[in-house]
Amino acid sequence: MFDILFWILAVVTVGAALAVVILRDIFRAAICLVFLFLTIAGFYVILYADFLAVVQILIYVGAISILIIVAIMLTREVWRGNPSGKLRIPALIVGLLFLGTLVFALISTKWQTSNEPPLEPTTAAIGTSLFGEGGFILPVEITAVLLLAAVLGAIVLIREK
Amino acid sequence: MSVGLGHYLILSAVLFSIGLYGVLAKRNAVVILMCIEIMLNAVNIALVGFSRYVVPLLLTGQIFAMFVIVVAAAEAAVGIAIIIAIYRSRQSVDVNKFDLMKW
Repeated sequence: MFDILFWILAVVTVGAALAVVILRDIFRAAICLVFLFLTIAGFYVILYADFLAVVQILIYVGAISILIIVAIMLTREVWRGNPSGKLRIPALIVGLLFLGTLVFALISTKWQTSNEPPLEPTTAAIGTSLFGEGGFILPVEITAVLLLAAVLGAIVLIREK
Repeated sequence: MSVGLGHYLILSAVLFSIGLYGVLAKRNAVVILMCIEIMLNAVNIALVGFSRYVVPLLLTGQIFAMFVIVVAAAEAAVGIAIIIAIYRSRQSVDVNKFDLMKW
């Protein structure tokens, strides 16, 4: 059941990613990007990462896609299309070489997988390891500072002189 | 052959390479930002796959993926602010025209 879902989602995801780099219309590319975010939430669901799937939909599909579409509309460059630069062929070669190296390394590595069944609701376990004893509490606090700095930085950058 | 860790890792590699090609080849700065988001999502799939198949009870990979999402959100906000600020002064989002830091 999950195998069939994986193959369907994989084909749709790779197709959407290719559409983002191939389509001439930037706005359609952005819509394909939103679709890609949704299918990645589907992957999280079949990987038993239910909390992350919800986070993906809230942050990526809800916030980042809106931000990107607003940026496309504000910059009014849709008529110019989605052209490639002079580096198209070298970029293709670099991408394919990188993919080949990565796939070769992944296939030749013996991964030590565990056969334990995954946790079914992950929210409580994630909360415990984020905020619990000996958990990730320091990175969480640093994340708060990072977000504050990012928001302030964005406001300062965009402010009229 | 049932789907395992290797399938997710190869899917993640394919998505990352597509994003890498887009970042290197495209001229519109907003599209480059979109391709960076594709790359970050590819990494997240690999992290969650490791979390599911290698340490199913620790969830470390999922927590890493959450931090990646946070950093991606901050990056998108700052990146789009920079693009719009440059667009205001240059009337273009073509990266070939972004030569502000050229001496």
